Amino acid sequence: MSLLSYDFMIRALLGALFTGLAAPAVGTYLVQRRLALMGDGIGHIAVTGVAVGLLTGSSPTITAVIVAVIGAVLIEAIRETGRTSGDVALALLFYGGIAGGVLITGIAGQSAATLNTYLFGSITTISPSDVWVTMALALVIVVVAVGLSPQLFTVAQDQEFARVAGVNVRAYNLLVSVMAAVTVTVAMRTVGLLLVSALMVVPVATSQQVTRGFRTTLFAAMTLGTLASLGGVWISAYVDAAPGATIVLLALAGFAAAYPVGVWLRRRERVRRPFVAEDEDEYAVPEPGDHTVVPEQHLHEHGDDCGHPAVPHGDHIDYVHDGHRHAAHGAHYDEH
Amino acid sequence: MPVDPVVPVVEITDGAVELGGRPVLRGIDVSVLPGEVLAVLGANGSGKSTLIRSMLGLAPVRRGEVRLFGTPLRDFDDWRRVGFVPQRVSAASGVPATVLEVVSSGRLSHRRPFVPPRRADRAAVESAITAVGLADRVRDSVATLSGGQQQRVLIARALAGEPDLLVLDEPTAGVDLSSQQVFAEALSGLVERGTTIVLVAHELGPLGPLVHRALVMRDGRVAYDGPPIEVFTDADEHGHHHTVTTVDHAPTVAAPFDARRRE
Repeated sequence: MSLLSYDFMIRALLGALFTGLAAPAVGTYLVQRRLALMGDGIGHIAVTGVAVGLLTGSSPTITAVIVAVIGAVLIEAIRETGRTSGDVALALLFYGGIAGGVLITGIAGQSAATLNTYLFGSITTISPSDVWVTMALALVIVVVAVGLSPQLFTVAQDQEFARVAGVNVRAYNLLVSVMAAVTVTVAMRTVGLLLVSALMVVPVATSQQVTRGFRTTLFAAMTLGTLASLGGVWISAYVDAAPGATIVLLALAGFAAAYPVGVWLRRRERVRRPFVAEDEDEYAVPEPGDHTVVPEQHLHEHGDDCGHPAVPHGDHIDYVHDGHRHAAHGAHYDEH
Repeated sequence: MPVDPVVPVVEITDGAVELGGRPVLRGIDVSVLPGEVLAVLGANGSGKSTLIRSMLGLAPVRRGEVRLFGTPLRDFDDWRRVGFVPQRVSAASGVPATVLEVVSSGRLSHRRPFVPPRRADRAAVESAITAVGLADRVRDSVATLSGGQQQRVLIARALAGEPDLLVLDEPTAGVDLSSQQVFAEALSGLVERGTTIVLVAHELGPLGPLVHRALVMRDGRVAYDGPPIEVFTDADEHGHHHTVTTVDHAPTVAAPFDARRRE
């Protein structure tokens, strides 16, 4: 008997597929801007949105989208105007959001169990109309995240450069925040508001263990996110575990597996290029004249990018080599 | 009909800039003519970085006017004519990026959203990477490059836009001499093509022979404007290579919604 013979299971897998694609796509830009926890913050704020929906009897998904977008715009505004104290302002918003949500849910006469389906996800109770909304929003997010990747990448990488390139930095920053807010509410039914940030960030952290470029990181994270969500739903169907938690733990297991590979790759890179980003000031230049010819056979030709830090020394360039400096002198190297 | 005077590429008239309530630039009158190579020199905190940032609107002037290519800055939208090399920050952002990806972002002002790069874009990126001597590192992560190489990536990013005006903020600070020589070569190619260059430098080093004109800043004013004289090409008498960030010692009370103090 196949799981696919159950309609609710098909809906769950479709919801998982699309949130698994969209969440890491937005998450990549959040991680690049060092705002990895922003998804978590928006998730907290969205709790108030859900509660408002429960109170007014309208769809919690719609009220959550509205409140989350308002929250995301507020976060962006605070981030833009405040620097050092911005994180405190964010904390105020986050805790205000979750406390407000719990309070309003109580006023609405709803049990904590109802709120729990939004906090921790309840993918198997997702309705057909919810699936359509999830798929449509997720598709828009993926198209924007991939289609505008040159612009979004540049803005996240170097805001001032982007500004001088004529890019409307504020608009793109706002776009990422709104995309994050929409993703949070899309993923609310899959992994829940408290775990959604994990699906946005963990696949990115996993893929950048092995990738060297931005686009490969983006696509690898989307693939990993999809695998984790589909796998999580699948596993939870057999072992009767909470799907949201299973998805997140599966994503974390992926990170745990990739981390040693990343450590090994980075170590190999360091061995290949032993000296990176050395400051020339670290090697004091003694008076000219006191040097000795390098006694050993010198097989290495110093030059641009040879990996040895170059130190200007009078009319020539020395290269730092095993703790001392080499200067080209005819066919051999002098040692300083 | 009167003869058209040459339109300056950059023109600041009576410019004044304040950052966080403190006056940083006062009474600035500077104009840079097409094809000129202008070096802005001065001690730390003299306002040389702010001067070039005011040219690009990154540090807006409180008084006076800035014009780029004859257009007031607020109406200026032909940003593909301008290339900017910011002071090197750590090139490693949260997510790895290859040399190719960072340099490609220099083509952004020539591209439209959702449209893939055209052949001209790819060719410009490729020749910019070659010009700074990083052709063999195209697919490498920027984070694995040395400081001088990362600075070269930022230069290549500006070159990829094929600008008419190139503005560089301390391009040689903390960069090894061999990398400095690579810039000097790349820049001299641009100078031959008639690109206008404005650069901030602590000391000119290998860039010295390229510079037509020097501007020495002192306490937010232009102290000297003329041909580069030997004494100015080594403006920092202590011979430091590192840049010291000036810190505002006024105590800051952190309230969550306080406006950011701009450096």
